[in-house]
Amino acid sequence: MKGLADAALLAALAMGSVLGASALVQAHWPRRSPAAAILLWQALGLAGGLAAVGALISLGLPGDHLGVAHPLLHLGAVFPSAAFRLPVAFGMVNAVPTMLLLFRLACLAAGLALLASLCWVLIAASAAALQARRRQRALLALLAHGDPKVPGALVVDYPTAAAYCLPGLRSRIVVLSVGTLELLGRGELAAVLAHERAHLRERHDLVLLPFTALRRALPRSVMCAEAHRAVALLIEMLADDRALRGRPARELVSALVRFGTAGTCPAPAGALAAGEGDMTARVVRLLQPVRPLPAAASAAVCLAAGLLVAATMALLIL
Amino acid sequence: MDVLWETDAPLTVREVSARLTERNLAHTTVMTVLDRLAKKGFAKRQRDGRAWRYCPAATRETYVTELMLTALDQTGDRTAALTRFAQSVSGVEADVLRGALEVLEGDGGRDEGSG
Repeated sequence: MKGLADAALLAALAMGSVLGASALVQAHWPRRSPAAAILLWQALGLAGGLAAVGALISLGLPGDHLGVAHPLLHLGAVFPSAAFRLPVAFGMVNAVPTMLLLFRLACLAAGLALLASLCWVLIAASAAALQARRRQRALLALLAHGDPKVPGALVVDYPTAAAYCLPGLRSRIVVLSVGTLELLGRGELAAVLAHERAHLRERHDLVLLPFTALRRALPRSVMCAEAHRAVALLIEMLADDRALRGRPARELVSALVRFGTAGTCPAPAGALAAGEGDMTARVVRLLQPVRPLPAAASAAVCLAAGLLVAATMALLIL
Repeated sequence: MDVLWETDAPLTVREVSARLTERNLAHTTVMTVLDRLAKKGFAKRQRDGRAWRYCPAATRETYVTELMLTALDQTGDRTAALTRFAQSVSGVEADVLRGALEVLEGDGGRDEGSG
């Protein structure tokens, strides 16, 4: 039965993606080459999700083919949606044991539900992000002003240190609080701006979005939380690397430390567990630069990411 | 909007224009802006004869707080709407980091001294 073999392979791919993700959380090499590691994370997420959906759907469909085109032909046989198909479906009840048919229906329903919910959480997360950004832009238009110390950035009169960027297609904004301007020197501010502009230029928000969506969908899942945290940290490291181009590491490190330890904002309970160690990891990485992965190793990581997605796609489509 | 925040009483378009002397804006421009502010919910308006009187829907501080609460959200990026420069840390980690900064600045001083 090729269908079962496909289902087994897809299930193995999904499991493998989860195992790979937990290995990647522990691994130390990602901080040497954040870009390659981010690519691998994206591949694991995409392949894992698609393989899980594919495995369930292929279990739910009879016959010896899995390819996307064939299930559509079989769908009528399993899913008696069209009235004229009903006799065929009843015929199958006689041919196949009822329990098997029920099992297949359950698998098919679970697969479709998983696919729908994955799409839904992504759409919901994008919509929430867009809405929050629209509100931020509207408020910034009323409240923010420019400052010669930070050309191109918007400044908000607020005493606590805050620095962030609002990504978007039409407007890309870096926002700093007055507290930040008072806290940091000229060089440090330039480092912060370079860091934030790297986020904006490379659309790191889009990289993080699927992981945020997954974490929102499964708030209790340790795996999702760890994946989100790992990718968020890698994105910060990538932006740190970009900020270092043409500027001394010292500016960025002192900006990070001053900013992070300004301490005017007490952390709410439970926040530390999420953030503990990430700042230190960034600072240590800047103070004691690690060699990037050799080109061959980076290429191997990218190749592995590509193969993983290609293999999943091949099983789904062929 | 700043004009509305600075005044206690609700203002008509003409009064707002009069307070924006340095900008030299056309009456219709001010009217359009105030109309937009009202539609977006930032300003409230009430009829006064043939004119509208506008006042802020909330104080400036309220909006700054709303803006910055999103920016300082320490529980993680719930919406992925924006990317922060750094989260704040506290306790032992903050002490370790401050120590690292002091060492770094000490090095910097020596570098400059010798160079």
